[in-house]
Amino acid sequence: MAFRVVHYINQFFANVGGEEMAHIPAELREGKVGPGMAFETAWKGEAVIVNTIVCGDSYFAEHEKEAKEQVVAWVKEINPDMFIAGPAFNAGRYGYACANIALEVKQQLGIPVLTGMYEENPGADYKDKILITPTANSAAGMRKAAPTMAALALKLMKGEKLGASCEDGYMPNGIRVNFFEKERGAKRAVKMLLNKINGKPFVTEFPMPNFDRVEPGKAIPDMSKVVLGLATSGGIVSKGNPDRIEASNASHYGEYDIEGWDALTSEGWETAHGGYDPVYANEDPNRVMPIDVLRQMEREGKIGKLHRYFYSTVGNGTAVASSRKFAEEYAQKMLQAGVQACIMTST
Amino acid sequence: MVKEIERVGIPVVHMCTITPISLTVGANRIIPTIAIPHPLGNPTLTAEDEYALRYKLVDAAIKAFSVEVDKQTVFEF
Repeated sequence: MAFRVVHYINQFFANVGGEEMAHIPAELREGKVGPGMAFETAWKGEAVIVNTIVCGDSYFAEHEKEAKEQVVAWVKEINPDMFIAGPAFNAGRYGYACANIALEVKQQLGIPVLTGMYEENPGADYKDKILITPTANSAAGMRKAAPTMAALALKLMKGEKLGASCEDGYMPNGIRVNFFEKERGAKRAVKMLLNKINGKPFVTEFPMPNFDRVEPGKAIPDMSKVVLGLATSGGIVSKGNPDRIEASNASHYGEYDIEGWDALTSEGWETAHGGYDPVYANEDPNRVMPIDVLRQMEREGKIGKLHRYFYSTVGNGTAVASSRKFAEEYAQKMLQAGVQACIMTST
Repeated sequence: MVKEIERVGIPVVHMCTITPISLTVGANRIIPTIAIPHPLGNPTLTAEDEYALRYKLVDAAIKAFSVEVDKQTVFEF
């Protein structure tokens, strides 16, 4: 008798549609859908996907409680041997949904769960709570991810003991597992060193923890004299996107002059973002970059004045390293212009 | 991006809908907003009500600058 699996995927991988369908509530389908096929191929009949749950990414993000309750209720009734979500690759909301729903199923129903995503995906933050297989940053990585996830899933369903993260293909979760390396330490260290000297790739066996936090800035008791800067990852740009900021994986940011603009209008501004439904932002760009109310606050003396430029990029699958570079650069521009506080908006 | 701005000494208020992501990326002052495609608006409202809603949200952000925080804080209002 084959093991029974329930698989969770988003609207995109179910072929329902892209961003314009991201609002669809969770629905339950029979059998496998989309990426589930690759898992079944790898299982060779040892396990089958009995049901697939399809849920829009925005729906999950905006109705997390309802979505979780519904999914858990279905999974409870189906009573499978395992719950798999994704993989989500570098899709932020999808990764967040996969990690959260997997954790919820694990906590509520106590069955094994597994998901997969790119290491920079915000959902990967849950790697010490649930098993997450690291994947490439795009769906092109499915061919590599599917066999790893399928093998790990089978191991979990059979109740076999987990190997170390590097053996069984999950992100290190802080639990140490002893195993014998084929080569002794000195040999591995020298190999690593030689690779490093020769500029070849090498993998450390002892990664440093990454706690990149910045101390909160000091409070500003009186905002009425302050020059306020503005930035967004929501992709608001001058109409026609003159800087050609990419709809996803942006390679640069834009600097936009708002002198003389009392509000952003749909004639003058739009969004370049390809990761959310642009209708609302295009109709009224103040919904993402609230120039209209800030101008009023300027007049009322609630703030000193707005910095003449705002900075905008598209935060859609954009690499962390790129975002860091953009903001390092425009933070200097803000500093030089005397900006003392900054509002960042994100979609 | 919020971290890089705050690192140079400019305090940042992050206005966003998925606050857990904001916490992950390291924002220190966070104002939860309405929805992903319209964080600072709500198309189902009348123009006046929507403007009032946006004013209220941005006002909360302005107020958040005046609050001393020693750790990541999601402001409720």
